[in-house]
Amino acid sequence: MVAFLIRRVVGMVLVLIAVSFITYLIFIKIPGGDPAQRLAGRTATHANIESIRIKLGLNHPFIVQWFDMVKSLLSGTLVSYFNGGTNVVDQIKQGLPATFSLCLGAGIIWLFFGILVGVISAASAGRFSDRAITALALIGISLPVVWLGLVLRYLFAEGGWISSFPDGGYYPFTQNPWEWATHLILPWITLAVLFIGFYGRVLRSNILDTINEDFVRTAKAKGLSPRRIMTKHVLRASLIPIVTLFGLDFAAVLGGGAIITETVYSLQGVGYYAYQSIQAQDLPALMGVTLYGAAFIVVFSVLVDIAYAYLDPRIRLT
Amino acid sequence: MVAGQEDFTLDTAADLAGRERDGNEVRGRSPWALAWRRLRRNYVALASLGVFLLVVVCCLLAPVYANHVAHRGPNDTNLTGSIEVNGKSVPVISNGGATVLPDGTVVVVPAGQPIGPQWGAAGGQYVLGADQLGRDLAVRLLYGGRNSLRIGLTAAAISTIISVLLALLAAYFGGAVDWILSRVFDLIWAFPVILLGIALGTALSINGFHHAGINLAAGDLWIPTAVIAFVFIPYIARPLRGQVLALREKEFVEAATAQGAGPIRIMLTELLPNVASTVLVLFTLIVANAILTEVGLSFLGAGVQPPNASWGTLISDGQAWLSTDPWFSILPGIFIAVTVLSLNIFGDGLRDALDPRAKVRIEH
Repeated sequence: MVAFLIRRVVGMVLVLIAVSFITYLIFIKIPGGDPAQRLAGRTATHANIESIRIKLGLNHPFIVQWFDMVKSLLSGTLVSYFNGGTNVVDQIKQGLPATFSLCLGAGIIWLFFGILVGVISAASAGRFSDRAITALALIGISLPVVWLGLVLRYLFAEGGWISSFPDGGYYPFTQNPWEWATHLILPWITLAVLFIGFYGRVLRSNILDTINEDFVRTAKAKGLSPRRIMTKHVLRASLIPIVTLFGLDFAAVLGGGAIITETVYSLQGVGYYAYQSIQAQDLPALMGVTLYGAAFIVVFSVLVDIAYAYLDPRIRLT
Repeated sequence: MVAGQEDFTLDTAADLAGRERDGNEVRGRSPWALAWRRLRRNYVALASLGVFLLVVVCCLLAPVYANHVAHRGPNDTNLTGSIEVNGKSVPVISNGGATVLPDGTVVVVPAGQPIGPQWGAAGGQYVLGADQLGRDLAVRLLYGGRNSLRIGLTAAAISTIISVLLALLAAYFGGAVDWILSRVFDLIWAFPVILLGIALGTALSINGFHHAGINLAAGDLWIPTAVIAFVFIPYIARPLRGQVLALREKEFVEAATAQGAGPIRIMLTELLPNVASTVLVLFTLIVANAILTEVGLSFLGAGVQPPNASWGTLISDGQAWLSTDPWFSILPGIFIAVTVLSLNIFGDGLRDALDPRAKVRIEH
């Protein structure tokens, strides 16, 4: 187990280094042209461009630039190109409460309802309720998140039907928990619907596969009640892939995957910061957010692997 | 040889058994023919394919609609013009003001508010209203659909072709090739799809792409296409690599090697046909996901660039008028949902038909 852990953590560090390198490549090499000239604007003088180049360290070789970027990101001093050079790391930190509130709530909702949907439709497989739930789940994964967010906003916040919910914005939990929750209910639902549909489908087919396993037949032969077989044997085995999925999806939404939901509802989280950076074409800021997101996914995938190795000892060998 | 006593083979047995039953011969059917027979009976899946093709045809007819019904191109702005509605002249972009309805309620229209859906009251003009620049929304919806579908289909096709090649190479050769390709998949997979798409889309929308002899302008539709094709590669290549790895150990590959077949022939004529059904299903589902990704990227400003329309940019444009003209952003969304849903249902049906026991899934 110790060797497994060390191998995974070393691999994780290597992936993070590679990810930061690629991110830098995307933002500095792909646009082409001279970043300093782009920043200086159309009417810049030569001296002007030169001073920007020196200020941002763009006169150094690529490897040195990349190293400086990683260093400034780790020490929390990476500054954005625009808005007078605000600190990217501080901006990301400021966005964390909103992003975490959104993802935690949505994660709980989608895990609960995803499992509920999967169990109900598998338990009634082939019957009408199964077909109806399966169809709803399919609709859930086919709706564009942007659109779902806008429709909910229109119906419940902007008076399309009722306007009982506040229209966007984030309210800190520490100031008023009630306001915090009412501001977040619509975003939670918007973010959760896709995953509920997806998890329901995955769990349904997992359960239907597990029901045919030998140990379930043994449990039946022992005379256990159907309810006990379902909860203690079938569900337990079928939930393992869901644990993996949840770990990775949760990391992805925490790491900026909720950007669309945050933008639609103007929740000032990390994703919203990324959206504003796109509008301003502020590359260091986007670089910071992309790296932050990738770091979440990499770290969480290692955590999931460790949890998996704990649940299923066969995995430790590979 | 005694008359009537020919060589008796297994084929003869099947033939006799067939004649015995009701005089008809038993026909051998290929797996594809069997799959088609199963698919043909799945009316829901076929109907979804029909719906998808209908959307495609509608969007392909966009120029016809623009020329003969709306008399306005997708990028023709109309900031100061007005149209005849029921004999009254109404400005396309409102000058602002308030009107009192007969029942006493006052309707305040802010300046700059584009005209809402006319549903034919203006003789085919502005059927779904106008956008903030006075462009005809119905025309843009069709042209936008054309762009969204084009991006979704080509991105999925490119992504699938590249992934299949890489998966075959990785799994067939194994060793260092497999190790390098698998690490590349892992790296792409380490980024959240939407964030990597945004990063690439934004970086490319600044100056376009001018490397390796390829020159793409910043607003080129090939940029979002390439970005989406790139981010989905590991989602197709990783499951395929696993399948090919298992197939590679099978006897028929060994038999082909024994007959002197080279790597390319084994990959293309032995391994590829065996994963073709998986590829087909994955392709259908990736098209649906690519369309959704395009919508997300364009909404965030990292996909299709103005003045080009796509379903994503239309939703984004309509966001500002949500409370006064909800159809603006809701209609493109309905088109997207119907298209993606029909593709998902058809993909499910296709999977059931091709291999009732297969477990092909797209994780996002």
